[in-house]
Amino acid sequence: MFQVRIHGRGGQGVVTAAEMLSIAAFEEGRHAQAFPSFGSERTGAPVVAFCRIDDREIRLREPIMAPDALIIQDPTLLHQVDVFAGMKPDGYLLINTGKSFEQLGLADFLRGRRSEHLCTVPATEIALRHVGRPVPNVPLLGGFAAMSGMIRLESVIKAINDKFSGKVAAGNVAAATEAYKIVREEMAHA
Amino acid sequence: MSFQPVKFYQTGTFTVGNRLLPPEERSVQAQAKRYNSINSGHRACQGCGEALGARYAIDAAMEAVDGQLICANATGCLEVFSTPYPETSWQVPWIHSLFGNTAAVATGIAAALKVKKQQGEPRNIRVVAQGGDGGTTDIGFGCLSGMFERNDDVLYICYDNGGYMNTGIQRSSATPPAARTATTMAVGAEPGNVFGQGKFVPAIAMAHEIPYVATATVADLRDLEAKVRRAMEIRGARYIHILVPCPLGWGTASNETIRIARLAKETGMFPVFEAEHGEVKSVLAIRHPLPVEEYLKPQKRYAHLFGKTPQVEVIARLQELADRNIRKYGLLDGGER
Amino acid sequence: MLKQMEGSRAVAEAVALCRPEVICAYPISPQTHIVEALGEFVKDGSLAPCEFINVESEFAAMSVAIGSSAAGARTYTATASQGLLFMAEAVYNASGLGLPIVMTVANRAIGAPINIWNDHTDALSQRDSGWLQIFAETNQEALDLHIQGFRLAEELSLPIMVCMDGFILTHAYERVDMPTQEQVDAYLPKYEPRQVLDPAEPVSIGAMVGPEAFMEVRYLAHAKQMEALKLIPAYAAEFKSVFGRDSGGLVHTYKADDAETMVVAMGSVLGTIKDTVDEMRAAGHKIGVLGITLFRPFPIAQVRAALQGAQRVVVLEKSLAVGLGGILATNVRMALSALPIDVYTVVAGIGGRPITMRSLHGLFRRAEQDDIDAVTFLDLNRAVVDKQLDRERAKRRSGPAAEAMLRDVGVVAAKLA
Repeated sequence: MFQVRIHGRGGQGVVTAAEMLSIAAFEEGRHAQAFPSFGSERTGAPVVAFCRIDDREIRLREPIMAPDALIIQDPTLLHQVDVFAGMKPDGYLLINTGKSFEQLGLADFLRGRRSEHLCTVPATEIALRHVGRPVPNVPLLGGFAAMSGMIRLESVIKAINDKFSGKVAAGNVAAATEAYKIVREEMAHA
Repeated sequence: MSFQPVKFYQTGTFTVGNRLLPPEERSVQAQAKRYNSINSGHRACQGCGEALGARYAIDAAMEAVDGQLICANATGCLEVFSTPYPETSWQVPWIHSLFGNTAAVATGIAAALKVKKQQGEPRNIRVVAQGGDGGTTDIGFGCLSGMFERNDDVLYICYDNGGYMNTGIQRSSATPPAARTATTMAVGAEPGNVFGQGKFVPAIAMAHEIPYVATATVADLRDLEAKVRRAMEIRGARYIHILVPCPLGWGTASNETIRIARLAKETGMFPVFEAEHGEVKSVLAIRHPLPVEEYLKPQKRYAHLFGKTPQVEVIARLQELADRNIRKYGLLDGGER
Repeated sequence: MLKQMEGSRAVAEAVALCRPEVICAYPISPQTHIVEALGEFVKDGSLAPCEFINVESEFAAMSVAIGSSAAGARTYTATASQGLLFMAEAVYNASGLGLPIVMTVANRAIGAPINIWNDHTDALSQRDSGWLQIFAETNQEALDLHIQGFRLAEELSLPIMVCMDGFILTHAYERVDMPTQEQVDAYLPKYEPRQVLDPAEPVSIGAMVGPEAFMEVRYLAHAKQMEALKLIPAYAAEFKSVFGRDSGGLVHTYKADDAETMVVAMGSVLGTIKDTVDEMRAAGHKIGVLGITLFRPFPIAQVRAALQGAQRVVVLEKSLAVGLGGILATNVRMALSALPIDVYTVVAGIGGRPITMRSLHGLFRRAEQDDIDAVTFLDLNRAVVDKQLDRERAKRRSGPAAEAMLRDVGVVAAKLA
């Protein structure tokens, strides 16, 4: 079982991201379970959502406490919420930022981890460019596909078209695709 | 607009003589083939205003819709006296659910009927909800307001006897000021129900701007029948508030019910009018203006006002309320303000 | 057809396939997504003819449902938590009148303190209301149970609550197999009411019944509920023949053969329990699971049969009978009366407290050693309670307890579990 935890703020599409990740995995014939950390629906409040992916039926209903992958949609959470709680030593980490891990002050924390599992991508800027709104969730999924190989970009695009339509879908497809390419290049240099 | 194009008032009684009218103009109750929606043999008290009002109202509604009617009934006197199982007085399909939900039950019936109609039901079946003032103005008020604001196709009839008579005459929000009930005792510095409380639900119904709101009493039964008929011509939420004296609760003689109801109207204590979409369209004018004492004196619930030292100030305050009704609704000139 | 979708949406689509004629609802988390979707289906015409009524309270929701059901319409509503309590008077009335209303309860805690998260105290508070109560373990089961629920309710002329864990199921995206309209039509016959308000045959419904017949009327309700114990397995079997999968039923055992310790639970937590039991079985522990699908009527004989071989039974329930312990456990004890089996009540997960495998491992291992209290509160932070008790001893005006205890716990937003 592969477990993904997504941190962000209300309004950034955190829950939608987990749901779309589950749809993408479903499109690849896998079992997937996405659920939010329920409660805070206020815009701007810290929000967590979870996604489990497996080749068999998923029965477990506990929150994801030891994630295989972390997606941080808002770097301002790094100092407010224990986003790294339970992160596995070889886990994946994708942060929405234009800065480097050094600039975020995470260099010491991440020392010794597998650098090919760690990545940043300016998802908000990409979203603004393609969608016109600061919703980093979809480009981060594109980035996650590139970084982890857990899902294909085509599956993410299918999930986008399942959730959205028209211009919004097209913009998100473009954003996911660009983020995918950026992360692929970063990975190539990692 | 008037519901009494023919006014053959008999001297002294105000009763219109059916025998002076051609058959087609006679009241529903005067017809041999009336529906008898509430059969005789029920357990209401002698002189019960609610039983009288309900018989006229539901038969008039039945007449208006060719017998295609379903009734929902709130808990209360009307429910209890009409259906001590296994006996029932109701000759219409009738449901009693709870005290405070009758308007909502009627909404559900209306919704079901609408769907059945879309599925090909040939009949045009309509719904009437009914309850006392407690079930309407107090505990059922939320459901009533909800039914109004959604403009559900329901006629709601409130039989207002100014208190919880079924449970032993306690105060409701329709109990008039100064009236004695089991919970507004005729003791203390201000005996009876306090001034400045209570609510007049017909005005609140009007505030919902529903298609039709009317008040009536059991003194003017042809007026009541006409208003029910008018209400059944309209689709959407409708409300008729009928003043029904309660001999037990009011402390009046059982043969005085109609006269007391007439006095409520003639003194201005109870305005009789009809309104459409929030605006008063007609009033039933006071024919012989009378001071409120005439209405209060025969009722034991006001007896404390007329003891050795009459409560002149309290009576004056009640007169003020009547005068305000007269001004507000134009009761002396038939609403021509 | 396999779909990846939210539980609420799946239930809404399944309910729509049942062709309800009147739907009424008042919004309360976590039920909202279900009725929002149904409202959309009615508004866009894909569910027709159907009346969708936005009412002003849950009390009105159940009352509208009473009216429409009595007038012969297939009727659906949904609620949770405070909403269920607010409609309680009408809940009892609906069953007393014998109206086959189907209602989803998106299970949620009852306040005070106000809490929007999952447990079973809402539905269990209505256990004696005369409604059938059935609990879904997964979203697939939730979907299926609604289809079976209409069938069962209408056959018995009794209302049914289909209970699904709020948020944990309602807001979870997972795989479901959505049946076709043809399948549902083949399984669910048109609603033929046993009693109906019809001017052609006027009846009085809901009249007063005195001491001379009240007992008999209520006994009939009991007897009719008990019939569900026979009907449900038959309907579940028929469901399998039409839809091709097992769903519903009374109770389900898991790895129960030779189990010395049996864990009993309802709803979505069964998944986490089964995963835990798998690991414990792999480590040689003789432990099994009994999932209770039908809570009312309570399948006493089936529960007894499933548990009588065990040495001990751990009833893990998301509810609390204050002053007694467990609600489910009390029912299970009745099923096991006179058997030499220790029954432990474990109150877990109330108010949305996550039930983790880690905690279950510890709990079950201690239970195997008979090293837990008869009434155990899983993951209870006893220190917080003791601190508050100290405060109350020290000072008369100690203030609102919940607020003080929350302060002691600290900022919760930073914590995940």
